[in-house]
Amino acid sequence: MSEKPMPLWEVFVRARNGTAHRHCGSVHAPDAEMALQAARDLFTRRGEGVSLWVVPSSAIVASDPAEKDMLFEPTASKIYRHPTFYEIPEEVGHM
Amino acid sequence: MYTQALNTRDLQPVQKEDPERLARFQAKIDAEQKIEPNDWMPEAYRRTLIRQIAQHAHSEIVGMLPEGNWITRAPSLRRKATLLAKVQDEAGHGLYLYAAAETLGVSREELVDQLLAGTAKYSSIFNYPTLTWADIGAIGWLVDGAAIMNQVPLQRCSYGPYARAMVRICKEESFHQRQGYEIMLTLCRGTLEQKAMAQDALDRFWWPALMMFGPSDKDSVHTAQAMAWKIKRFTNDELRQKFVDATVPQAHYLGLTIPDPDLRFNEATGHWEFGEIDWQEFQEVLRGNGPCNRQRMKQRRQAHTEGAWVREAAAAYAEKRKARAAAA
Repeated sequence: MSEKPMPLWEVFVRARNGTAHRHCGSVHAPDAEMALQAARDLFTRRGEGVSLWVVPSSAIVASDPAEKDMLFEPTASKIYRHPTFYEIPEEVGHM
Repeated sequence: MYTQALNTRDLQPVQKEDPERLARFQAKIDAEQKIEPNDWMPEAYRRTLIRQIAQHAHSEIVGMLPEGNWITRAPSLRRKATLLAKVQDEAGHGLYLYAAAETLGVSREELVDQLLAGTAKYSSIFNYPTLTWADIGAIGWLVDGAAIMNQVPLQRCSYGPYARAMVRICKEESFHQRQGYEIMLTLCRGTLEQKAMAQDALDRFWWPALMMFGPSDKDSVHTAQAMAWKIKRFTNDELRQKFVDATVPQAHYLGLTIPDPDLRFNEATGHWEFGEIDWQEFQEVLRGNGPCNRQRMKQRRQAHTEGAWVREAAAAYAEKRKARAAAA
């Protein structure tokens, strides 16, 4: 008989000030404080970060892969959202 | 080590999959696109990965036992600190891998139960004892060396979470092999007795290290599907050959002799040819009859049982604090 599952946390590490926290994995821990300690032991043993976030995995709302095309595909045809779509004469210089 | 699970047969009934979805799935893999947790995947792919990743995780965890055996007896503070760091890394690797397996819809608790019940396996190599300090050198050099051969291609595995875990693991693993080789080098430059100890460790770990790559290609029929799914990138024999080619010159540099009278360099192919592996020994170890199988399982079960109160206390403390916060 399995033990009661320990809550899962997603771990985000800021490598150094000036960069964003990046997702690097998950840990199990009974509460937030222990999740931080576990994340520190697991993901920052070699100077990988200066700041940690832990977020309950259950709090993350994800988009459905089945809706990927509906959500993201329409942008492919909207190339006018990119600067290279517009023609500016060379004489104008960098813009 | 660590792909031995891919050599075993999937005993579950084959589920009928929608051929159109199956074709789209395979096309994605053929195009080198990664599969992510919420994407559709055939049940057999999911099961194969769970079994493979879990066995890999179990190997990391059980792998702490033979090395942990020497932490208190390491010959210097430097060696003790590095061995401690290495064993801690193995625990971390186990945790990355359990988390990767969990993205496929299985819980870590279930996987641990399977290990403790003996229904899930771990790498055959950890059923050999570490009798002398030189064995710690041999394990780092040979066992981690063989693991790296296996794990480097796993970084390109088609399943995203497994591939990402392998990237982290490979980064950390190269320190392991170097610390092992350095131990061997120190022993080989030491007294005659110390060099003899290094030779003895090589003698005992050479063949088990070669067995880590699993059965010969002619006997492993189950790898074809794993290759088509790009879980596995090279066959067992290909990886084994790479390992031998890389390791033989390293042994020569140490002034040690590989315990294989058939070992010879083939000028034409540029490869080291080696003798036949004792497959009966390999099968016996897989069946649970290796030198340390029972001891390893006993130690794992004991650690799990004796640690139960810690997990219970941590959960009770978290509950208490939650209740207090709610009442305030």
